[in-house]
Amino acid sequence: MAESEFVYVTYIRTTPEKLWRALIEPEFTRKFWVDTVQESEWKPGASWKLLAPDGRVADAGEVVEIDPPRKLVLTWQNHLFPEMTAEGFSRMTYQLEAEGLIVKLTLRHTMNKKDSKTINAVSHGWPHIMASLKSLLETGQSLEGTDRWPEGI
Amino acid sequence: MSADHDKVFKALAAPERRVLLDRLRANNGQTLGQLCQHLEMSRQAVTRHLKLLEEASLVATVWRGREKLHYLNPMPIHEIAERWIGKYERGRLRVLAELKEKLEEEDNG
Repeated sequence: MAESEFVYVTYIRTTPEKLWRALIEPEFTRKFWVDTVQESEWKPGASWKLLAPDGRVADAGEVVEIDPPRKLVLTWQNHLFPEMTAEGFSRMTYQLEAEGLIVKLTLRHTMNKKDSKTINAVSHGWPHIMASLKSLLETGQSLEGTDRWPEGI
Repeated sequence: MSADHDKVFKALAAPERRVLLDRLRANNGQTLGQLCQHLEMSRQAVTRHLKLLEEASLVATVWRGREKLHYLNPMPIHEIAERWIGKYERGRLRVLAELKEKLEEEDNG
């Protein structure tokens, strides 16, 4: 078992295909994931980057496993905060399961290090981003403040 | 299905269930057996409480082989905070929480 873990489960009224696109494609992520975009060829072993609106690499890693629209596993290293960069790679998994007219989305973000600063930071960030993703898919509107990069970072 | 607030408040109303959430907060990803240790509750009672917590989405479970691991799921409480505390209050509350923490630190130090 990983030493630091964050797990988030949410149910979204959508289809796995739509949710998958929302998690990957820039026109969606800009709206709910603080104006960021991801760069990747989306195949096993491909590099993966999360880019801030000014082009800086916020986080980067590799695609470990990809099975659209069911499962995505990434390695993930923060590049903006030296104390988090020093921790090395964490591991982030999305799992999508259709349950009737809704999709259960399970997000796990783990690191083999006790009291990881990276996991502590994402534990504060993910709930807001995931709530906004749910709102965007169900109502067409993301939550206020999640469509722009936070000031001062 | 998503964040049924009645279920969340009912689940949070029992001190035994809050103890279980505190235990997961201290050590996330535990099996039923681990959660039962050092508790004055029967295994059946813990199972029943966990079921209610899971139905309220306060606890999420992940299977690892034959083990069912229990995790604190922040989703429902985050939604409640969003709904009633809201975006305008957050900044002010954070400042107050930080001030309290700072003052308490000074008291202890």
